[in-house]
Amino acid sequence: MCTYVTVREPIEGSAKGPNGTWQHVSDVTVYFDHPVHTMADHTLNIDLANPAQGPAARVAIELTADSARRLIGAIQSALASAPLDLAAVE
Amino acid sequence: MSDLTAHTIKITGHEGADIEAYVASPDAGGHRGGVIVIHHMPGYDRATKEIGRRFAELGYNTIVPNLYWREAPGADPGDAAATVRAQGGVPDSRLIGDVAGASSYLRALATSNGKVGVIGYCSGGRQSVLAACNLDLDAAVDCYGAFVTGTPPDGFPLQVTNLVSQLANLRAPLLGLFGLEDKFPGPEQVAELEQILTEHDKQFEFHSYEGAGHAFFSVDRPSYNVAAANDGWEKIGAFYAKHLGA
Repeated sequence: MCTYVTVREPIEGSAKGPNGTWQHVSDVTVYFDHPVHTMADHTLNIDLANPAQGPAARVAIELTADSARRLIGAIQSALASAPLDLAAVE
Repeated sequence: MSDLTAHTIKITGHEGADIEAYVASPDAGGHRGGVIVIHHMPGYDRATKEIGRRFAELGYNTIVPNLYWREAPGADPGDAAATVRAQGGVPDSRLIGDVAGASSYLRALATSNGKVGVIGYCSGGRQSVLAACNLDLDAAVDCYGAFVTGTPPDGFPLQVTNLVSQLANLRAPLLGLFGLEDKFPGPEQVAELEQILTEHDKQFEFHSYEGAGHAFFSVDRPSYNVAAANDGWEKIGAFYAKHLGA
């Protein structure tokens, strides 16, 4: 299926992308749809991108739904373990 | 199997803009119909170009317009698709203009018999119907296009509307190929489309395949379904032979 559902948020950080170089990323796009590479009908897809640098300035991740949920849990656990003053909501 | 030639060109698309397109044609002489292949949401990729070459092998002048050219000229198809998705997708008006340009290109070929059909996959299935509601085409094929009917998700960057209000204007016979296991479009949306086309006395032919989900024509994805794809290709061949033949 094509869900067409796409969620986009501004972000601030860096990602290691094409050619093994680090790049600033300003946008994240998240959607549950067809993967390009993963051998699954559908995956949770995450694009960490810097649109100002063109279409290739993108780090793409395709995870099965279960893997995506485990990633969410891992992120939340890591954030919860950090001292409040270091990981405060901005 | 006929010999063919394929290459990349520029055509004039919506509002006079140049866009890239992949064209494939039989080497044999004579006059023949043309086919416009609208790529799926993952973009103007190798698999879609293979489909274009298959139509040339079947005897048609074929063109695959790169609908993501404006946002991502020369980009990897996956990067281009991600860029366009993040920017909200291809506007319907632009799609119509680009397909009109592709149609003009095909009809201007010395080997054209004047007839042009369109086929689209996934999001391109909806766009194939959209084009056939707004342009003078001779046949249209919708391969599991979501949101021809039904209600698209709201409040997200990728904007799409259904085509219910436009279906009365459908100007070409429509072949629809669907998977019964698909959710977008699900069987209830296909049934709604069937009902609307019947009410408007439109010429259409639908086939829904058991055991097939979305994207059953995609040979490079797990969704590929041999039985559905083989029968679907036969249905497409017969449909185009009937409507695009000399």
